[in-house]
Amino acid sequence: METTTKQALKGGEFLVKESKAENVFIPEEFGEEQRMIAQTCKDYVSQEVFPNLDAVDEQQEGLVEGLLKKAGELGILGVHIPEQYGGFGKDFVTEMLVAESLGDAHSTSVALMAHMGIGTLPILYYGNEEQKKKYIPKLSNGEWAAAYCLTEPGSGSDANSGKTKAVLSEDGKNWILNGQKMWITNAGFADVFTVFAKIDDDKNLSAFIVEKGFEGITLNAEEKKMGIKGSSTRQVFFNNCVVPLENQLGEREIGFKIALNILNVGRVKLGAAVLGACKKVISNAVNYSNERSQFGRPISKYGAIRFKLAEQCIRTFAMESALYRASKNIQDKIAELESEGMTHEKAQLKGVEEYAAECAIMKVLGSEVLDYVADEGVQIYGGMGYSAEAPMDRAYRDARINRIFEGSNEINRMLIVDMLLKRAMKGQLDLMGPATKVAGELMSVPSSDDEDLGMFSDLKKNVKNFKKSALMVAGAAVQKLMQTLSKEQEILMNVADMLIDIYAAESIILRVEKLIELKGEDAVKEQVDMMNVFVYDMADRINKYGKDAINSFAEGDEQRMMLMGLKRFTKVEPLNIKEARQRIAAKLINENKYCF
Amino acid sequence: MKFLVCISKVPDTTSKIGFTDNNSKFNEAGVQFIVNPYDEWYALVRALELKEANGGSVTIITVGEQSDEPVMRKALAIGADEAVRINAKSDDSFFIAKQIAEYAKNNSFDVVLCGKETINFNSAQVPATIAELLDMPLVSLATKLDINGNTATLERDVQGGSEVVEVQTPFVLSAAKGMAEQRIPNMKGIMMARSKPLNVVEPVSVEAHTEILSYELPSGKTECKYVEADKMDELIELLHNEAKVI
Repeated sequence: METTTKQALKGGEFLVKESKAENVFIPEEFGEEQRMIAQTCKDYVSQEVFPNLDAVDEQQEGLVEGLLKKAGELGILGVHIPEQYGGFGKDFVTEMLVAESLGDAHSTSVALMAHMGIGTLPILYYGNEEQKKKYIPKLSNGEWAAAYCLTEPGSGSDANSGKTKAVLSEDGKNWILNGQKMWITNAGFADVFTVFAKIDDDKNLSAFIVEKGFEGITLNAEEKKMGIKGSSTRQVFFNNCVVPLENQLGEREIGFKIALNILNVGRVKLGAAVLGACKKVISNAVNYSNERSQFGRPISKYGAIRFKLAEQCIRTFAMESALYRASKNIQDKIAELESEGMTHEKAQLKGVEEYAAECAIMKVLGSEVLDYVADEGVQIYGGMGYSAEAPMDRAYRDARINRIFEGSNEINRMLIVDMLLKRAMKGQLDLMGPATKVAGELMSVPSSDDEDLGMFSDLKKNVKNFKKSALMVAGAAVQKLMQTLSKEQEILMNVADMLIDIYAAESIILRVEKLIELKGEDAVKEQVDMMNVFVYDMADRINKYGKDAINSFAEGDEQRMMLMGLKRFTKVEPLNIKEARQRIAAKLINENKYCF
Repeated sequence: MKFLVCISKVPDTTSKIGFTDNNSKFNEAGVQFIVNPYDEWYALVRALELKEANGGSVTIITVGEQSDEPVMRKALAIGADEAVRINAKSDDSFFIAKQIAEYAKNNSFDVVLCGKETINFNSAQVPATIAELLDMPLVSLATKLDINGNTATLERDVQGGSEVVEVQTPFVLSAAKGMAEQRIPNMKGIMMARSKPLNVVEPVSVEAHTEILSYELPSGKTECKYVEADKMDELIELLHNEAKVI
């Protein structure tokens, strides 16, 4: 029947279209096998990693390498690898669940993510059959460890400016690589490196599979880092490194494209990993606040602490809702492309590329939620939070890198806007139509809005209006600034912040709606509170981002009109947020662990 | 050698315990269930180790409803060959033991392994009752198990030391901490678990010997009162009139 066909939104369409709850995936829908896989990952972390956290951070010889091998033996490294290359061929959502379930393993998590993501995926997605057969099974079972060499001392965010060179050897049988790579995760024990370098005087990077045994590779000492101290991070030098021709990965000059596409996957996966870390921090924080007494009562009885606990949960829940919604959209797109005859690997890439903006949203949102959660985790622990004896010290230090790697959050914010605009220009996404409509609405008398959007109609209308705010600001900015917009980074940040909040808010509403249908209202009262507080809170944020942007480029009547429109679009009903947060915290405190 | 491992579904140890129906039923809402650790970590894993070393088969059995199947599949994922579910729900140790004994009698196993107790009901009666009903020897609270031919050597914890016991198969044992190490199911096991046989058997008619009338949570931590060391009169006064214990 036509009406039962799933109407998934295309990449970026969330800004201009509404989704139905029945069309989004929520984590409460995981199946038995997925839960079992997640449990295996969690058991691995609690049995193998947690007893060794200090030793890992002290970089005890061979420890992380051994942990990686152990994960390989359990099959964890191959969950997402197709069966013909020695993996288990699980879908994209399961891949994200695995990342979440390993996400609280601190440095080991970083080592695993790097191996399974940027280490393995370039070969899986861009390798030819021989390359895949040679390397993927060994990477899938942990026999070999992988690293990814993109960044150089002079080229970080501007990755395509790398100076590492590849030239043909005199006999024409090998590539000779020369250059220096920096911040290379797993460098200390990696057996295989995906190295990006420019052939001759090419403008764009090419990629090469380099084995540890090839001559001409040297490593610097381990970097001294603020956090993730146990993950191996070194500089890698290529001095006339001899790479057989057949180890060129993909065509000449597509290295930058490989790098970008792999990072798309990495970004959404980072969102999944930090989710696991958030839940662990919250569980520790609530447990501590229940144990720690001051003035004769556990500190979890105090409103100031309850506020923090509730807010940690609200943000984590919102992020999780967005993460699995985006992941399932990606998975459905992959399946659709495969059914049209595309290879699995190509479909994976294209599926993720379709939702590249959502991937970047998850990277920024996830890493900043974890930073908030970890920061308040330290605060809840008080003095003990500052002690290296308690778990918050490590959580806080390890969280920070997430805002920097896989593309800094600033780069990602710009990408979010840039990717939506590019899609609009290519005709894949109609932004200008809706933006023009909003501009028209500004000039007309506000009509009474009695449209019924089903469950949580008012909240959905709020989000619809937040979208109008973003469209109004972005549309006007595009018109006014034209080509120079890409240089107006402050305005791009404002717009990106609006989009991130909007995506999260819509995701949390759709999830709660679906939850009510699944479990009934009584079972998810606190989730309803979380949704209400999130939408209430973000109205002021949208207003602030919008105002800052408008005041940065508009003036006169246009400025006044947009500010008035913004005021109208960001109006929400009053809410007793104190009571709502109290209820959320009470549930958490009673369960004594993250429970949503 | 044929091993039968009895497993039970229990709440995860971090579960919040609550009751419904006038405190007569355990509230399962929001509770995550696991395989009883004594059954899984010690009995099942040791049976698997012996099977892997000497050949044979490991069957797991549980008395429970369809909602018990996820934890049964976990046991299959860890490595058991097949699973049997006696389709009944009961909290009565005799009822459960009788069901298992009936199945075991008809399918002749060499060793029946149980955890020493479940972590939710802790009756610790099932292993002994099965042994009695099967007319087999029972070695309780075993921490070590080796089998050579038809002779099994077991170690048991006793006060201040350990005891070594030898027994001929078939026999029943209850496993305590130390018999094996917890095994994490690997991906291969998880994926194979779906295709392993899980047979549902209807229960035999048995009358339960006990009925649970109500549950009660232990009272919360009470306040600790400090009395100065030289104020014995005050202490005695408090013990008399406040704690009312002397």
